Amino acid sequence: MRSLNEQRMMVQKKQDEQDKRIKIVIGLGTCGIAAGGNKIWEAVESELALQGLQADMVSTGCIGMCYAEPIMEVFVPGEPRVIYGNLTPEQAIEVVDLHLGKSEICLDYAIAQDPRGFEPIPYIPDLFQTPFYEKQTKTVLGRCGMIDPDNIEDYIARDGYVALEKVLSTFGPIELIEEIKNSDLRGRGGGGFPTGRKWEAAYQSQSDKKYVVCNADEGDPGAFMDRSVLEGDPHSLLEGMAICGYAIGADEGYIYVRAEYPLAIKRLKKAISDAEAMGILGKNILDSGFDFTIHITAGAGAFVCGEETALLHSIEGKRGMPRVRPPYPAQSGLWGQPTNINNVETYANIASIVRRGAGWFASMGTENSKGSKVFALTGKVKRTGLAEVPIGISLREIVFDIAGGIQDNKQYKAVQIGGPSGGCIPESLLDTPVDYDSLLELGAMMGSGGLVVMDESTCMVDLARYFLTFTQEESCGKCTPCREGTKRMLEILQRICEGDGKPEDIDTLERLARVIKSTSLCGLGQSAPNPVLATLKYFRSEYEAHIYDKRCLAGVCKNLLLFKIDQEKCKGCTLCKNVCPVDAIKGERKKPHYIDEEKCIRCGTCISKCTFDAIYRG
Amino acid sequence: MCSCGEEVKDARYEMLESILDNYRETTGKLIPVLQETQEIFGYLPQDAIREISRVLRIPASEIYGVATFYGQFHLKPRGKNIIKICTGTACHVRGGGKVLEALRESLGLKDGVNTTDDLQFTLDPVACLGACGMAPVMMVNDDVYGRLEPKDVAIILERYKTEETEEKGGQGCVA
Repeated sequence: MRSLNEQRMMVQKKQDEQDKRIKIVIGLGTCGIAAGGNKIWEAVESELALQGLQADMVSTGCIGMCYAEPIMEVFVPGEPRVIYGNLTPEQAIEVVDLHLGKSEICLDYAIAQDPRGFEPIPYIPDLFQTPFYEKQTKTVLGRCGMIDPDNIEDYIARDGYVALEKVLSTFGPIELIEEIKNSDLRGRGGGGFPTGRKWEAAYQSQSDKKYVVCNADEGDPGAFMDRSVLEGDPHSLLEGMAICGYAIGADEGYIYVRAEYPLAIKRLKKAISDAEAMGILGKNILDSGFDFTIHITAGAGAFVCGEETALLHSIEGKRGMPRVRPPYPAQSGLWGQPTNINNVETYANIASIVRRGAGWFASMGTENSKGSKVFALTGKVKRTGLAEVPIGISLREIVFDIAGGIQDNKQYKAVQIGGPSGGCIPESLLDTPVDYDSLLELGAMMGSGGLVVMDESTCMVDLARYFLTFTQEESCGKCTPCREGTKRMLEILQRICEGDGKPEDIDTLERLARVIKSTSLCGLGQSAPNPVLATLKYFRSEYEAHIYDKRCLAGVCKNLLLFKIDQEKCKGCTLCKNVCPVDAIKGERKKPHYIDEEKCIRCGTCISKCTFDAIYRG
Repeated sequence: MCSCGEEVKDARYEMLESILDNYRETTGKLIPVLQETQEIFGYLPQDAIREISRVLRIPASEIYGVATFYGQFHLKPRGKNIIKICTGTACHVRGGGKVLEALRESLGLKDGVNTTDDLQFTLDPVACLGACGMAPVMMVNDDVYGRLEPKDVAIILERYKTEETEEKGGQGCVA
């Protein structure tokens, strides 16, 4: 068998050469671009030319610090890497002039440094000791933001394809599956089924043709870790899939990517063709006799396609509707052949497990949930982004230490975990360790790892209605409980939010939720009522306030709001009176005004106009 | 139907033929065929569906079933610029709803209508764009815009109203 060692040494040599030159790295994942990364790139490029400065410019994926995007890193040989954040193009130019032109660090915009192996620069925090990084363990995200995803050499230089080589030269399929079983890796897509057992079932199915499928249909709103891997380290997924193919005896793989991720699709295509050109994918991989090709299928916008049987139907070109299991895909999957399906993060863990051993992986985590997990930190927190932590860390540590707590000094209210199928967790339960089983006990679930944090200004009834709107729209319509049940639940929630809730509504919601959970065909329907059940469990008083007192304490549900003018603060400037579209505001000039509740349509125009903060919702 | 676009139409149907040729032997082809067809026409016209049905020998009813199942496919003409506004959870709690309202107002769209009369813009509320750390987020064609506020909307749209589209890429809206 051919080894990649020679290539690896060549790449290493080339990279050592490159390390002697100044390098500027700019994050150009979707988040980086959304924050204006391309503009930074252009500004830096033209400034370098203008000043006649020499530096290599490299783009990279997401380094997880969305809150600080756009991010630019400067590597000067012999000095720590300096990370600059929240830059405008003008500031980026300033950094170039100072750091490259005058060899001075631009302390105003530097957010961290990576002092490993160098004399640290004073006054700049050590990246690995910042609160955002300190508690993280980067396995899946290890290379994201560190390498150029479009360059296979970057991947190879950082232990890339070592695991595939090791498997092809020293492992038999049974041994390999045993190793994955010993690591206790559980599926990272939501359900948490043990990966090794899934592979074993596919291996044991007898057939001439088998498939490996990757679920990259990251549909949970609020989760973007898979996108980050696809955009930032696509080869790690390809390597994991090829290893799976070897284990179960498949020679073909499909990656089902959602159409909303055009950049991910572009980078995957490039990664596949680069790997094929080097003989790492395709026929007779590294002269080992093992064949494995990977295709990309772009999804067409249906949330239910995240369910494995629906996803398979979609690859086959049919309506993406789920079917009854068994038979499981391991017995009868794509085109009726044995198929193994895992999600992106699961496959991205495989190479590290093979390389570093099952024992290493199993040393992280809790009794029944091993390894690390990537969480997407979003919502009303100070530091949004991606964080990879050992499973078992508490939610409080994630929300308050890593994400920095709530924005604008507001009060924490809840965190939604597991997407629309998960549940929300109140302050009193924040010390729960995050693992598959503890979360299920609380009525939430690990899901894909999206954490949406909410503060006092979020209405939990409105939130439940929001989730039900989502699941109701995405219900494929095949089974009655999901199709009709979610619609009925949504109607009730709609009515409560509009102020027409009836006393019996809470009981009806709970009964419907129980029926839908126990009788729906697939995971989407079975978990659709979770947000309602969880909010009813922990925030029942908000439902009661809506129904009995006709009040929305968070000030979100329009019909339940009363707009009032603070008589102390109002100066009688008449601004509000002039903009009110229904003439509901009364009062004389220079005297405090008041609002006619009967006429007010609660549009909020007056609040946004008032310059004295005199109008409030109550 | 006006016939002044006849020649253009022919060129597009020629492109469709070559797509169909490429996929004649492939299994699981229907979704990629529809995706590529939509790229040519901007939507899925009835005539194109009939043609796909005839060449690939798939019943038109089945094609219609697939086309209406997925959110990505459209049976009516779409605007020149597609605005995907994220209605995901993270955007929702950070005020995405207000951005959506501002878009509707800016574009002069009534409830239930998503394409402007002049076929310049189509508004596409989508589940999640996966840039939740930048919420609220929207995409105009392939350009991503994050940390949006309702007041940013009109400024961004202005760039796409003219023919020039050199101002590309997310601009990192004033947060």
